[in-house]
Amino acid sequence: MEAVLELRAIAKEYTGHRAVDNVSLRLERGGFYCLLGPSGCGKTTTLRMVGGFEQPTSGEILLGGATVTGLRPWQRDVSTVFQNYALFPHLTALRNIEFGLRERRAADAREKALRALELVQLSAKRDSLPAQLSGGEKQRVALARSLVLEPQLLLLDEPLAALDPRLRKAMRAELKAMQRKTGITFLFVTHDQEEALSMSDKMAVMNKGRIEQFGTPEEVYLRPSTAFVAGFLGAINWFGKAGVRPEATRVAYTAPEGLPARRGTVESRLFLGNCIHVHARLAEGGQAICEVARDERQFTEGEEVWLHWHPADELRFE
Amino acid sequence: MNTRWWFLLPARVWTALFLLAPLGIVGAYSVLTRGDYGGVEAPWTMESYTRLIDPLYLAILWRSVWMATLSTVLCALLGFPLALFIARAGRRKNLWLQLVLLPFWTSFLVRTYAWLFILRDTGLVNTVLQRLHVIRTPLPLLYNDGAVLLGLVYSFLPFFVLPVYAALERLDGSLAEAAADLGARPLSTLRRVILPLSAPGIAAGCVLVFIPCLGSYLTPDLLGGGKTVMVGNLIQNQFTTARDWPFGSATSLVLMLVSALALLMMMRSPATKEML
Repeated sequence: MEAVLELRAIAKEYTGHRAVDNVSLRLERGGFYCLLGPSGCGKTTTLRMVGGFEQPTSGEILLGGATVTGLRPWQRDVSTVFQNYALFPHLTALRNIEFGLRERRAADAREKALRALELVQLSAKRDSLPAQLSGGEKQRVALARSLVLEPQLLLLDEPLAALDPRLRKAMRAELKAMQRKTGITFLFVTHDQEEALSMSDKMAVMNKGRIEQFGTPEEVYLRPSTAFVAGFLGAINWFGKAGVRPEATRVAYTAPEGLPARRGTVESRLFLGNCIHVHARLAEGGQAICEVARDERQFTEGEEVWLHWHPADELRFE
Repeated sequence: MNTRWWFLLPARVWTALFLLAPLGIVGAYSVLTRGDYGGVEAPWTMESYTRLIDPLYLAILWRSVWMATLSTVLCALLGFPLALFIARAGRRKNLWLQLVLLPFWTSFLVRTYAWLFILRDTGLVNTVLQRLHVIRTPLPLLYNDGAVLLGLVYSFLPFFVLPVYAALERLDGSLAEAAADLGARPLSTLRRVILPLSAPGIAAGCVLVFIPCLGSYLTPDLLGGGKTVMVGNLIQNQFTTARDWPFGSATSLVLMLVSALALLMMMRSPATKEML
């Protein structure tokens, strides 16, 4: 497969600190990619370097096989959906979408913009100013404004962060569908592991300016390559050097035969709707969470229990 | 009498005492006859207004409007880039703002006088140029339209820079980035995004420069050497040397009218309207 974006050992140094440290990445055309990491891990800086808003201190950025290092934003065939959408407040939804087309002197700017509005189901709002649009609508206009230019690569900088939680979940499916429909490669930056897991074809997990793991959501979740990745993607119970996810941890009143197990006391039960989390204090110190079915009536506060797991579910790191 | 009425009372008294009453006096004076030693006498007459139609006075009024317009345009051309620069100066912002405000630390009169020392035949510019043998005879830098224009632009530039700076400062930086991202080069971003969004600031700056320029008196008096008469000088003359208070009052009211018209026009301009 042809690479649409290739980062070759890019780094960004600010005085006294490396925001991005030797990042290499290869994105194939037509995929949905996520850059996941905690705030300050360098994911946004990486995205801004791809967009051309920042220049890397060292390394090379290739877009469609040609180097774009040093090119300014308007010289690159990428487009960004900003976290706050950055819609032009003085222009209507339609005019916002036309902005880039007019800059390119596209002859059929109006028709293309109208079709883009239709794609994001906002035809009725064509003459509304951004101030008259809801958060979700603004987000769609921003998306249409970038998609209408048919860039090689679409960059999305935490575009769902400003939406309310319910809308955020609905937008995940919508974004993914949009990506499939247009065939444009998406690079989506987020600090929400659920978002990254649910949308990505492949995801890169960043920490302290470096990529710790790059793989499919299943690979990253089930076979995390570092303790950081394991912990960032979901809760994890530490039994000595072995890490076990709560859903792979079992709870019983007696020690099962032939399986690794630890003694503990139930501290609390949290009903989460679709399941129950039993929090246990381990006899050897530390805490563990065990996910049980929501109709489970046993294992109440103060009871002595055994926590056990299957060795195949153990995550081990050097 | 509710609380609201009492809270508004000071403002109402102030407006009545210091705006409406003086305006009424000026209005009354303008339709009375001049006294021999200044002041006003009966009978009522419109003579002062009919005299204003004289081409001589219309020319002065027109000239004032022209000078004020020119000063406003020059302030805009110099002030906008400066405001943009300051708005993007990062941590140095406050330093540059202080420098823009620095002239206000001394009196307007002193600063205008200072220009006399810079521009006159034996002044700074001419002396330096002569010492460097660039020129032999002093350049006529003072007592002409150019000097007045220079003085006006110098005095009122901060009044343009500050509102425009405030408008630019409020602009979300990601808007310029978004424009660049969508393919706009810097000049295009300026024209399509930054200028339209700072239009209210620019309109405010234009009003704040145009209106005081139109009625300016000190600058044309000192730097124009009396040759460059603007309407402010005409009014001052009527109340002092000419002792024609009714005519001075009539001219003042006409000046106010022109200012109000200019204000109205600027407020109705499409650039500002779009933002309102």
